[in-house]
Amino acid sequence: MKKIRGKVHKFGNNINTDEIIPAKFLNTSDAGELARHCMEGISLGFAKKVKKHDIIVAGENFGCGSSREHAPLSIKACGVSCVVAKSFARIFYRNAINIGLPILECKDSGKIVPGNKLEINLAKGEIKDLSTGKTYFAQSFPKFMQELINAGGLLSYIRRHYKK
Amino acid sequence: MSFTITEKILLAHIEKKSVHPGEFINARVDLALGNDITAPIAIKKFKAMASKKVFNRKKVVLVADHFVPNKDAQSAKQTKILKDFSREFKITNHYTLGNGGIEHVLLPQQGLILPGSLVIGADSHTCTYGALGAFSTGVGSTDLAATWITGRVWLRVPETIKFVYTGRPRAWVGGKDFILHTIGDIGVSGALYKAMEFSGPTIRRLPMDDRFSMCNMAIEAGGKSGIVEPDEITRKYLASVFNGPSSLVRKKTFKSDKGAVYSAVKEYDVSRIEPQVACPHLPSNVKPAGNLKKINIDQAVIGSCTNGRMSDLKMAAKVLKNRRVSSRVRLLIFPGTQLIYRQALRSGLIGEFIKAGGVVCPPTCGPCLGGHMGILGENEVAIATTNRNFRGRMGALSSKVYLSNPAVAAASAVKGRIAHPEEL
Repeated sequence: MKKIRGKVHKFGNNINTDEIIPAKFLNTSDAGELARHCMEGISLGFAKKVKKHDIIVAGENFGCGSSREHAPLSIKACGVSCVVAKSFARIFYRNAINIGLPILECKDSGKIVPGNKLEINLAKGEIKDLSTGKTYFAQSFPKFMQELINAGGLLSYIRRHYKK
Repeated sequence: MSFTITEKILLAHIEKKSVHPGEFINARVDLALGNDITAPIAIKKFKAMASKKVFNRKKVVLVADHFVPNKDAQSAKQTKILKDFSREFKITNHYTLGNGGIEHVLLPQQGLILPGSLVIGADSHTCTYGALGAFSTGVGSTDLAATWITGRVWLRVPETIKFVYTGRPRAWVGGKDFILHTIGDIGVSGALYKAMEFSGPTIRRLPMDDRFSMCNMAIEAGGKSGIVEPDEITRKYLASVFNGPSSLVRKKTFKSDKGAVYSAVKEYDVSRIEPQVACPHLPSNVKPAGNLKKINIDQAVIGSCTNGRMSDLKMAAKVLKNRRVSSRVRLLIFPGTQLIYRQALRSGLIGEFIKAGGVVCPPTCGPCLGGHMGILGENEVAIATTNRNFRGRMGALSSKVYLSNPAVAAASAVKGRIAHPEEL
């Protein structure tokens, strides 16, 4: 698995799905349209600011609230390569894995500095801060989740494992 | 081997002899729900898999409720996707304007939820159905598409926190206050990934509508599900839904074993709880209503999947009868379903609301998520019987939402500020 390199955009605790993608934009499921409004409930202009491969780093309970898959979809579609958080709300967590948005649970996420450049080795769960040289480790995924991730998401997994 | 009710239901839906918290299972699904926001994505993915049919057309439910009546051309397109899909795949459980309502009020009322069943829904408040003793949890659109294809869902078996409620509630205090108090105690991630089992003598006496309100907000504590063991109140509710004892109420019901293992046990004496209000911007930011008398409001909303049921409307009407809504306040009332709307009309509640200066809207999720029909402007303040008060949830980013039970919301509408109903 290839390494990810990108700049850190830092957020706090309990970032909810209304902040990630406000409900007024949920009358569409077009990924490009959703990307244009990513994080608009908390950081106006984020979608314009964010560059391809950039990384979102947050605190506890990232993605709490609604089940809207529009939230991880908008993050993925605006170019973010990975979300690192201390913990994730459960529906966001499964949505991200199901659609193939890389996420990492890291208890040291608070130590990561905004604006710094990170290099992430997803397979090893290794998060290296290229600006400071410090390395942090993410919690490893349970075996089943790793299989889903390796398959590239839930539907690709099903395509492999289920016969019509 | 001892199990919790949640573990027993999961066990009944897999081909194994035992389950343990933390284990991953691929469980059979009894009902799979989507709405006008989440189902269009599921349908797109389902079709991309070249699927010829759904696993069981009677176990698929589609409800257009978030943006109905259609807010604009784009939301009209979303509801049409549901309608077309229902026709194509012969899904009879398709509800929309006129025959439906808010999904989590509607499904139990339609007799679609049975104790002991396993329900998934692409809507976070799917946890509501635990009130009937079902395992029920919110998932995403991809999950929903996968279940429509396979009839199964992958789940991590959750640990359970047991919540024990004792004591007699004070006047104007009910299920909404118990759950707000609980979230205030454990926090918005206090039950992350866990099942919340509501029990104790107070719960055994608690009416079904209040149980729905409690289980509905399990997600606001990060919970995977909320659940109440079925009892006589459950059976009476089901009998009323099925218009008399029905063969459909066939499911084996489960109870937690005496030796079941809980990750934590929390106890609350409800006689000490006042009507609760969750202040901006988290459902855990809870204070007694009486402490918030200085907060002026611009809007009061009564309804939603949390508090849009008949007993909620009755509670609000009891407060509003022979009173006037403050000239500073807009009061919006949303009966949860078409049926509840009719019942409220027949029993004179709708007349009371209108006489008091309230506006009765069609059943929709609309204002709760800042979708439509009651959006807040810059710096406006609302009290709502809904479930979330995140920043900008009901409109402008600078607006504020306070969460309460229907009596507090109605009393606040009259006073023009947050009020305890006993102040009137």
